[in-house]
Amino acid sequence: MDISSAVFLLIGSFLCVSGGVGILRFPDFYTRMHAVGVTETLATAMILIGLMLQNPDGLVLLKLIIILLMTLFISPTASHALASAALQNNLMPELDKQENNEKESSSNP
Amino acid sequence: MAFLVAVAIAIVRMKDLFAVIMLSGIYGLLSASFFVAMDAVDVAFTEASVGAGISTLLMLVAITMTGRTENPSRHKPLLALAVVTVTGSLLIYGTLDMPYFGLAQDPVHLHVAPRYINDSMQEVGVPNIVTSVLASYRAFDTFGEVVVIFTAGMGVLALLSVVRHPKDIAEIDSINKSMHEEHLILRIVAKMLIPFILLFALYVQFHGDYGPGGGFQAGVIFAAAIILYAMLFGMSTARRVINQSFIQMFAAIGVLLYGSVGVISLLNGKNFLDYSALSVDPVAGQHLGILLIELGVGFTVTAVMVIIFFNFAGRRKDQQNKEKNEP
Amino acid sequence: MLIAATIAILVVMIMAILRAVWGPTLYDRILAVNLFGTKTVLLISLLGFVMGRPEFLDIAIVYALINFISVIGVLHYSDAHIFKGGDQQKKTMKKNS
Repeated sequence: MDISSAVFLLIGSFLCVSGGVGILRFPDFYTRMHAVGVTETLATAMILIGLMLQNPDGLVLLKLIIILLMTLFISPTASHALASAALQNNLMPELDKQENNEKESSSNP
Repeated sequence: MAFLVAVAIAIVRMKDLFAVIMLSGIYGLLSASFFVAMDAVDVAFTEASVGAGISTLLMLVAITMTGRTENPSRHKPLLALAVVTVTGSLLIYGTLDMPYFGLAQDPVHLHVAPRYINDSMQEVGVPNIVTSVLASYRAFDTFGEVVVIFTAGMGVLALLSVVRHPKDIAEIDSINKSMHEEHLILRIVAKMLIPFILLFALYVQFHGDYGPGGGFQAGVIFAAAIILYAMLFGMSTARRVINQSFIQMFAAIGVLLYGSVGVISLLNGKNFLDYSALSVDPVAGQHLGILLIELGVGFTVTAVMVIIFFNFAGRRKDQQNKEKNEP
Repeated sequence: MLIAATIAILVVMIMAILRAVWGPTLYDRILAVNLFGTKTVLLISLLGFVMGRPEFLDIAIVYALINFISVIGVLHYSDAHIFKGGDQQKKTMKKNS
């Protein structure tokens, strides 16, 4: 029991840190959001499962399951809301900008 | 600790109020983490829900009315800086005389605290000592806090109250329906989450005896759920669900409930807010008294937060309509 | 192992604060605050287990909800046309279906 809990915690922390590195190093808002949105939910799930395997009693287990379910609902929704709000307010992804620049520069010889 | 100072400096220096609000949300979170690290669970609970949650939402609604950037300051406030520095250093000099934090011989730990810690279980019968101190030993102070919150709500009502015309309501409805179709996923998820949040608020309210919680936190969570509903589904639908007069009555009922518990104790011959007068067995009386006053606190806090939010947002909507009608 | 996980989460929180202070656009900052909030939930749960006080899980649940509501609130009010004297010329693009 202890070893499996430690394994889950390890995987969870690794995913968490990689998401954090991603938010610092990626070039554009949408790529950063991709890094955070994916790793955040999975890392939370792994760490919570690791905590659940540490043999707590009934009520604590129930609360951990509640936090897990809530995070599974809330995190993707928040990422979706953030991305759609950014797109609605005309924040363009960088790839589009580069393509537009290339098209403009190639159409004006 | 360094984070708090850094975030505070960033808050003061930035001119964009929106970013300031988000930084103050982080500030509230850092404080809550501090309290958790110091093993103060109830305070962390209240700080997390109030400082990081409701404050952010209410301040956001406030800055929709004042504009997004701060006016540039016209003069260098050197005199104010000097006064603050002198007062601050005098205060710090005063604290050097105080006993060290956490020593066992401090006067704080010798007189009042042992009585609470040792006798709370027999006299009040509630495992959470913070609740027993807040609601039973110091119930009068808590009464003052509830009245302060109620007065703040009344102040907002007196200054910002908006009269709704019926034709405005129909017009706003059509605008809202077209504008909010884009929030489809959010609406569905919110519909699933809001009942759970309300249920959790009730759990926190009644579980305050045994774990962290109590009336203040439960009221804030309840109000946050209602504010979420109002944001996602439009103000007019929210006003139809939660009537303005109903919520005002709710606030008053909270304070009256609290006061009447005290008055009943008076009528039974004991002191104001002495719960042992409420039933034959004094410990059961304490339980009943704590239950009732926490309920009163929860009612008032919920109602006042919702009143403040609805009034700010309704006022902004009126301003927007006026701006639209006179281009 | 719990302590190592706690330190990892603290490191991620510092990274989130860096991005919140430094991020060029508004949405970077909102993203960083959202990340900070989720990591706080994990931090409180882990601290509860480390210090042997499982009552902290209540705070974690509250904080997850409050984080969600705050992010939705901030997004709702980030449309520039809601602000007084804000960018009146900024048209919001209709969603391309």
